[in-house]
Amino acid sequence: MSGTSTIARLRAEIRHLEPGQRCSGAVLPFEVPALDAQLPGGGLALGALHEVLGGERGPPDEAAATLFTAGIAARTRGPVLWCLRQPDLFAPALAQAGLAPERVIHVEAPDEAALLNCLEEGLRHGGLGAVVGEVPKLSMKASRRLQLAAEGRDTLALALHRTPRPSGAAGQGPPSAATTRWRIAACPSVPLPVPGVGRARWRVELLRVRGGTGTELTLEACDATGRLDLPAGLADGSGAEGRRELAS
Amino acid sequence: MALLDTTGRALLDADVPARRRGLRAGQALSLARSLVPELETRPGTPEEDARGLRRLADWVYRHYAPLVAPDPPDGLLVDTTGADHLHGGELAMLQALRDRLAGASVAARMALADTPGAAHALARYGGDPCTRVAPGDHRGALAPLPLAALRLDPDQVDRLETLGFERIGDLLDQPRAPLARRFGPQLLQRLDEALGDRYEPLTPLRPAGVLEVEQVFAEPIAAAETIARFLGDLARDLCRKLERQGQGVRRLDLICRRVDRQDQAVMVRLARPSRAPDRLADLLCDRIETIDPGFGIETLVLRAARAEALQPAQRLNELGAAQAADPVDLVDRLTNRIGATRLYRQAPVESDVPERSVRRVDPLAAPDGTDWPARWPRPVRLLRRPEPIDALALLPDYPPAAFVWRGSRHRVVAADGPERIHGEWWKRDAETRAVRDYFRVEDDSGGRYWIFRSSDSVDGASGTHRWFLQGFFG
Repeated sequence: MSGTSTIARLRAEIRHLEPGQRCSGAVLPFEVPALDAQLPGGGLALGALHEVLGGERGPPDEAAATLFTAGIAARTRGPVLWCLRQPDLFAPALAQAGLAPERVIHVEAPDEAALLNCLEEGLRHGGLGAVVGEVPKLSMKASRRLQLAAEGRDTLALALHRTPRPSGAAGQGPPSAATTRWRIAACPSVPLPVPGVGRARWRVELLRVRGGTGTELTLEACDATGRLDLPAGLADGSGAEGRRELAS
Repeated sequence: MALLDTTGRALLDADVPARRRGLRAGQALSLARSLVPELETRPGTPEEDARGLRRLADWVYRHYAPLVAPDPPDGLLVDTTGADHLHGGELAMLQALRDRLAGASVAARMALADTPGAAHALARYGGDPCTRVAPGDHRGALAPLPLAALRLDPDQVDRLETLGFERIGDLLDQPRAPLARRFGPQLLQRLDEALGDRYEPLTPLRPAGVLEVEQVFAEPIAAAETIARFLGDLARDLCRKLERQGQGVRRLDLICRRVDRQDQAVMVRLARPSRAPDRLADLLCDRIETIDPGFGIETLVLRAARAEALQPAQRLNELGAAQAADPVDLVDRLTNRIGATRLYRQAPVESDVPERSVRRVDPLAAPDGTDWPARWPRPVRLLRRPEPIDALALLPDYPPAAFVWRGSRHRVVAADGPERIHGEWWKRDAETRAVRDYFRVEDDSGGRYWIFRSSDSVDGASGTHRWFLQGFFG
């Protein structure tokens, strides 16, 4: 008993020392127990950088990653700064994921340096709910700067990758200072008894999380308020079959 | 038609048809009459013209750039450094200026180049009425222009032409000493000014009735930290003046007079009137890196170029209640970095055509309460231009069983639709009978796409029957 409490105390101390964890400790839970259990604190840490990657199939997976990001941003409080290079984002879909148009300020950056600059500026402002950046790639240096700018405030920093596929060790992408890294891919929806497309499903992979282990599970796409759900067949406690532990 | 000067014996200026027949400013009226017997003349009004030019300069100053100098009789010199990024870049700024002037039926020719001399020459003698010369390219752009473009005396141009010099390019490769001996120092001075080898100071307009504060230095300053410190002081002085008049600033100009008499300007815009010295100083300090102090700055002038009434407002401060986040600071900061056109919010438009259902509004505009209809799901990424796909489908309204997009085949396993969208006949005649039938389809690997057929499958006039892909659902 005393051993576990010592370990818990040491963990807290290490967490305090780690550069990425000088934040308030506030989190934004997904309200999906299988996902929140994998994240230290029980949700996405506010005041930290999170990376979202699309799967390997290009545009459809990228769209899923975009909606996943929009769903997270929708559940924060306050305005959202969305920085991008090519304006192909369709606002009605964001509204359908719970991110109302009056909350989103779009920034069309002229180049990548300006985009990172705007992201940093948005994070330092402190009054925003989330700052989303569509980046072609995120270098170690850039991610460290963003992480530092985010620390100590309650703004979520979300980096949405827009490359066709990340290169790096075992498909995990290049190293970065982000607190979590996600990969989202579109999955076939639940077949309906009548013709039509059912509620969308995503393969959600938590590739990397600081202070936790990764996971991979199939979830139902965000609803009108940006919430994810366990598929209906798995919601009754048998979540383990949709999940597989990953070495992290 | 031509205008006469005060003596009534020479031409002050001629209109375009008259010029085409050989008339020129400064010609004697008798010569002009022999060239164009039916010439109509009016007395010229140089003073009124000068006043008009001054009004135009004032207008350009208010809308575009902090440094505007009238270049009589018929030109304006505008230093766009530090202002063009607010208008979406140099070319966008030129085009906007040309369109607005054309809207006010002012025929203008304009050129943007590295030096006032080159811009002067290209605007008057260049081929294109709206030219932008990339930095460093003005030498090449000037070479084909006639010598008159150099702002020389007409006699001097005549003497040069007698010797066979016709274009500026002919002079560029000549040894300088003989040219100076033969034609005096003015020729080389004009040439150097146009090429940027000699600095030509502008005398910018000083607008009337605006508040400004000034700081003159005994010892020129150059370091960014020093500039920042004095900016803080100047902002405080200016805000005190503004407060006395009950005004807040919407546009702030910082003019740095350098020891070599060159002015460097920084223009900052605010979304709402403000007179908070810290905020103003912050926005200005953000732009210090764009100032080139050269050999040092002698004078800093801070000018409230546009001010609006700002009454002191009482803030409601409920204890414990979280204050609503106000992004106005951030919007100002980003606007001054990347320009106002790049920062926007999207607002609904009542249109069923997806490309038209969104418009860009000011990032601080109040929401107007409209919303998109939520009956049908919409794709999160919309292709700017629908891409044609190869698909075969049963008529009249079945989704395709498979489609080929960018060379790969997708088997459709589920589909929703059709959602029929009619053309907006009140916008364009071509859309009177146009119809798009939209389907949301899912392929066998789980990708969800938005595709449409451009017809209603029955009436040939409603479209081409071709299939397109327009967006991606998550």
